[in-house]
Amino acid sequence: MNNIIVYCETDNGKLCDVSLELMTKARDLAAALSCDIEALLIGHNVKSLADELYQYGAKVVHLADDPKLEFFRTLPYAAITIALFRQEQPQIALFGATSVGRDLAPRVSSALHSGLTADCTCLEIGDHKDKEKEYKNLLYQIRPAFGGNIIATIVNPECRPQMATVREGVMKKEALATPVAGSIQPIEVNNILKDTDLAVEIIERHIEERKIDIKGAQIIVAGGFGVGSKENFQLLFDLAKVLGGEVGASRAAVDAGFIDHARQIGQTGVTVRPKLFISCGISGQIQHTAGMDQSAMIISINNDPDAPIHKIADYAIVGDLNEIIPKMIKSYKQNSK
Amino acid sequence: MDKKLKIVVLAKQVPDTRNVGKDAMKEDGTVNRAALPAIFNPEDMNALEQALRIKDLIPGTEIQLLTMGPGRAADVIREGMFRGADGGILLTDRKFAGADTLATSYALAQAIKKINPDLIIAGRQAIDGDTAQVGPQVAEKLDLPQITYAEEVLGLENGRITIRRRLERGVEVVASPLPVLVTVTASAAPCRPRNAKQLMKYKHARTLSEDQQAEPNTYAVALDQREYLRIPEWGYAEIGGEENGYGLAGSPTKVKKIENIILQAKESKVLSGSDEDINGLIQELIASHTIG
Ligand SMILES: Cc1cc2nc3c(=O)[nH]c(=O)nc-3n(C[C@H](O)[C@H](O)[C@H](O)COP(=O)(O)OP(=O)(O)OC[C@H]3O[C@@H](n4cnc5c(N)ncnc54)[C@H](O)[C@@H]3O)c2cc1C
Ligand SMILES: Cc1cc2nc3c(=O)[nH]c(=O)nc-3n(C[C@H](O)[C@H](O)[C@H](O)COP(=O)(O)OP(=O)(O)OC[C@H]3O[C@@H](n4cnc5c(N)ncnc54)[C@H](O)[C@@H]3O)c2cc1C
Repeated sequence: MNNIIVYCETDNGKLCDVSLELMTKARDLAAALSCDIEALLIGHNVKSLADELYQYGAKVVHLADDPKLEFFRTLPYAAITIALFRQEQPQIALFGATSVGRDLAPRVSSALHSGLTADCTCLEIGDHKDKEKEYKNLLYQIRPAFGGNIIATIVNPECRPQMATVREGVMKKEALATPVAGSIQPIEVNNILKDTDLAVEIIERHIEERKIDIKGAQIIVAGGFGVGSKENFQLLFDLAKVLGGEVGASRAAVDAGFIDHARQIGQTGVTVRPKLFISCGISGQIQHTAGMDQSAMIISINNDPDAPIHKIADYAIVGDLNEIIPKMIKSYKQNSK
Repeated sequence: MDKKLKIVVLAKQVPDTRNVGKDAMKEDGTVNRAALPAIFNPEDMNALEQALRIKDLIPGTEIQLLTMGPGRAADVIREGMFRGADGGILLTDRKFAGADTLATSYALAQAIKKINPDLIIAGRQAIDGDTAQVGPQVAEKLDLPQITYAEEVLGLENGRITIRRRLERGVEVVASPLPVLVTVTASAAPCRPRNAKQLMKYKHARTLSEDQQAEPNTYAVALDQREYLRIPEWGYAEIGGEENGYGLAGSPTKVKKIENIILQAKESKVLSGSDEDINGLIQELIASHTIG
């Protein structure tokens, strides 16, 4: 009772990274609250995934396994989740901010009248005081809003569970050295589902390769001719991955075959205005800067102190990108929680 | 083809957070929210277009916009009417203020019950609150199925709607009985422009409050005669329900703290590639929530 429940999503028979990241985060929260972590697993033929969840700290895996649940559909998944939360009364419930989590979690929060905070970038335990009352050990749900221009800390003083969604890659994923001794608790699917829960029918599904979408990215790490090779672009992908961003490029880098055209930024590529733009080995010609100079913050890395890109940057780093990018990754890993 | 439908399009007026140019920035590098223009939430435009396409297919279909907000949100309804909607309702009441997504959904759901539509189309997400929660929550409050991230309505026959949805990594085609709530994503077709005839027809559409605030003018006379130019305003008195389900009282989430992000360093800082410089920079970026 009053534990933390993580909704664990699967994709093609495997647990999604975001769910394991949430399990990892839930361990910190559970330690602060002295409670246990439980997982909710819904699908078909997913029972064997429970072992992996024990490695991430799940004491109990609530399992709803049924052919009707093979693919995500809102109504049956929501009915099961709502029934489980009513029964188990978790104090906290976490969901990945995926197309599934962002469809399911609001439906559940509405049925339970428990608040839900979207796209949290940070979750902490802390106290809260308002005019009438003091609250101990609430979940601080910290999230950007307003197009990333403000950061709000949201709390849920009275209603339970305190619900939050988190995007993939925001939290770290780390298995335990020794798995906990967990167990499966089967959910009686047919006692919960009504015929009307199956009203929406999936007619077709096509899962494709991930589309490159640098336009929607809040953080972009862009490389130019100075990156030197296709292989060396991996450095930029590494930095983008740890920061949760995307990789962009100048035309010279695209023309040299270092990288895909879909990532070209500038007059003949896409125009971006992310929160943070990190430019690596790009000189800063006008045809390029036309596509990125409205970024909220620009960091330039170029070994030429007179490169024009440094003039429009908020932070100009004069140096070799091959040394600086690894330092940034290392420093980020040390300093982020 | 099907019988004519009644469609409600949910549309929100939002500050244009996507175009925070350096001009909308304050001295300290934070966004001047008041300086951002109020616009029709972009994905709600995509939602309106899907409704208009259904109306093209099934003549006689009626599209009503529903928006909750302050008096000036009537602009959203006029904009929708200029593009082909038949009318709209402004949900406005002091009691509705300070709502989180649950209290917002409660108000919208109460109003929708009164309209009793066959189909509700919303945007996926509003660009200010950025939660994408209102659509699914309204569906739950009305006990209706939901189809999120819709990209195109593919068919509408025998009381069933077929829709292509865009997921992170692919597409899915689903079918649902009506009534249903659909949320539309930005990759759907853009909204058609204003229509000159509609613009002429609805140019002077006003809420009663707008008329009362305006200088006395000749339109007031015309309005008395032309009912379709009156944009209704609904408050608690019109939609009823539980008083403490609305606004701040009906909101389980509370904003504890808001920090403004410093988007711009005041001047260009030149750094060396030394460990100290890089470490200092990363710590600054984390402290300002630019990364992390
Ligand atoms: C009509 C037209 C349209 C164009 N459209 C576009 C467009 O859409 N997008 C676009 O990007 N360009 C466009 N261009 C091309 C543009 O003019 C530039 O040629 C191009 O942007 C240069 O790319 P770059 O900065 O990567 O390469 P370069 O100009 O070769 O610069 C490479 C930079 O890397 C630095 N460097 C080298 N090694 C290192 C290292 N180890 N560490 C750090 N720094 C290093 C160098 O000092 C140099 O400044 C267009 C041009 C024309 C004429
Ligand atoms: C900084 C900040 C953070 C916030 N974080 C949260 C949070 O985490 N959880 C929470 O519950 N609330 C939160 N809120 C409150 C939330 O923004 C409001 O409740 C808002 O009214 C609706 O949420 P949204 O803007 O995210 O809409 P979304 O859920 O993103 O909107 C989806 C669609 O619903 C329809 N819609 C939404 N609002 C209206 C409306 N007023 N009129 C007509 N149609 C509408 C539109 O079609 C829209 O496209 C936050 C507010 C702020 C200022």
